[in-house]
Amino acid sequence: MKLSIKEVEHIAWLARLDLTEEEKQLYAEQLSEILDYAARLDDIDTTHILPTASVLIESQSLREDEPRPGLSRDDLLKNAPETRDGQFKVPPVLGN
Amino acid sequence: MTDLTKLSLAETHRMLLTGDCTSRELVQAHLKRIEELEPSLHTFITRRSPELALADADAADGQLQGIVSNPPGLIGIPLAVKDVLSLAGMRCTSGSRILENFSPPFTATAVQRLIDAGAIPLGKTNTDEFAMGSSTENSAYGPTRNPWNLAHVPGGSSGGSAAAVAARLVPFAMATDTGGSVRQPCAFCGVTGIKPTYGRTSRYGLVAYGSSLDTVGVIARSVADVAMVFQHMAGYDPLDATSRQVAVPEYALPGSPDLSGLQIGVPEEYFIEGIQPEVESAVRAAIIQMEALGAVTIPIRLPHTEYALPVYYLIAPAEASANLARYDGVRFGPRMGGESGIWEMFTQTRGRKFGPEVKRRIMLGTYALSAGYYEAYYGKAQKVRTLIKRDFDQAFEQVDLIAAPVTPTTAFKFGEHTDDPLAMYLQDIFTLPANLAGIPALALPVGYDKNGLPVGMQLMGPNFSEDLLFRVGHAYQLESAWHTRWPEVNF
Repeated sequence: MKLSIKEVEHIAWLARLDLTEEEKQLYAEQLSEILDYAARLDDIDTTHILPTASVLIESQSLREDEPRPGLSRDDLLKNAPETRDGQFKVPPVLGN
Repeated sequence: MTDLTKLSLAETHRMLLTGDCTSRELVQAHLKRIEELEPSLHTFITRRSPELALADADAADGQLQGIVSNPPGLIGIPLAVKDVLSLAGMRCTSGSRILENFSPPFTATAVQRLIDAGAIPLGKTNTDEFAMGSSTENSAYGPTRNPWNLAHVPGGSSGGSAAAVAARLVPFAMATDTGGSVRQPCAFCGVTGIKPTYGRTSRYGLVAYGSSLDTVGVIARSVADVAMVFQHMAGYDPLDATSRQVAVPEYALPGSPDLSGLQIGVPEEYFIEGIQPEVESAVRAAIIQMEALGAVTIPIRLPHTEYALPVYYLIAPAEASANLARYDGVRFGPRMGGESGIWEMFTQTRGRKFGPEVKRRIMLGTYALSAGYYEAYYGKAQKVRTLIKRDFDQAFEQVDLIAAPVTPTTAFKFGEHTDDPLAMYLQDIFTLPANLAGIPALALPVGYDKNGLPVGMQLMGPNFSEDLLFRVGHAYQLESAWHTRWPEVNF
């Protein structure tokens, strides 16, 4: 199996990654090779096997939902590249 | 005068209690060694200011001289923290440019517990970007060098922590293991480390990579030291829903090396063609030595071992692609582009600030989760994961623990696998299964190859069997001296 540049561009868009032409070429080759290797999983019959999403067998332990102090807004904003009026500032989402 | 960088943790603790040394002397001795060796080794991404570390040491000395009747177990002892674990007040880069100036407003629970036990952080250690790699060559801040031979990698992703411990820059360090990142660098650097049971240690404050696989562990120079630190780190944390409410036992170690009655499984799938002969012979010699101490070895099969690699490299990237979606130039990190709107800002920031391996895994994971391929790749991998876990469940009905090599070879050279991702991934074939099954594994040195590079063995046990792994590993180390060798670092 060989991924096309068009497929790589589609995946890159889904992953929100801007790739150079060189990177697209490289990843097309390398991902194809890795996926070919992964195809050996088809050798195994998994018809009646349930998937393992987590190794935790018992239900996960949830703590009581009690209000408690969290991090302050200033603490949470201090790593942001741009803020305004105590909020994260981003470029336009709609139109331009 | 005693070289304070050569002591065990128990000896160090005793000397601090009796006043034979002070925490300030201890911290100074390690800072001096860091000063001398760090330019050649590059084990740290960010060092804590010596003034702050020494202030902590003085506070510890005050406590030690005061009226404290029961001082905490790690009081006054320095440590290093892998740079994927948050420590408030220090930047946490995860080895990535996208978190170059990220300063977490909180401290990871596992780190906080060691600080509460009195340990003094000296800095944040180097790692492959977002813990994705087996050599530290994927760190955006440059690789760490192996103290046994500077032309060789220290392993990864916790290569900075392992090299720092091996070179005696710190007595112990925190590390993480998602697919072998504690054990493989331990093997390459000749040190000892625990990859705990999934859920045994808190992941709160750990920069997430593969959330169903990530574990926080310890690297030190002996099983006794690892157990002493792990005692303070393990346990339930209400802030991590995957941490388990299982009591932490007292990790008491045997005084004599008696392994009578112990049944050790030796899986043939871990002694395959292509493994470096010296690795196989050193591990087999260690197993024979454990037999001499009373253990019985039983050949076992773990038939799905060869599928761990493709399973891992679908599941971990899939989880990573979701976890790393948060790095979007909005809440933290640098921001690129944005002139033509938010979508361009997302793709530019991520495209420029993630390194090649991280982008490769995000692409791979996104593909494995995408419409039309989800069942064929991610779904299939999750089902085979069930079979890999079942292999271990069945083996542990027969044996108490499993002994195997950590890696197929000793430390490779820089650049040896950088052009071929699949060849690099193959370095992980023996470490991935424990993560997929969630079980604990202890890595420890069992010999050296003809070039003087260390060989590592791993002991894998059932869930929450860390106490057994420590007792067996300690018994082996009572009878062997591999872990007491130092690399001659005089560059």
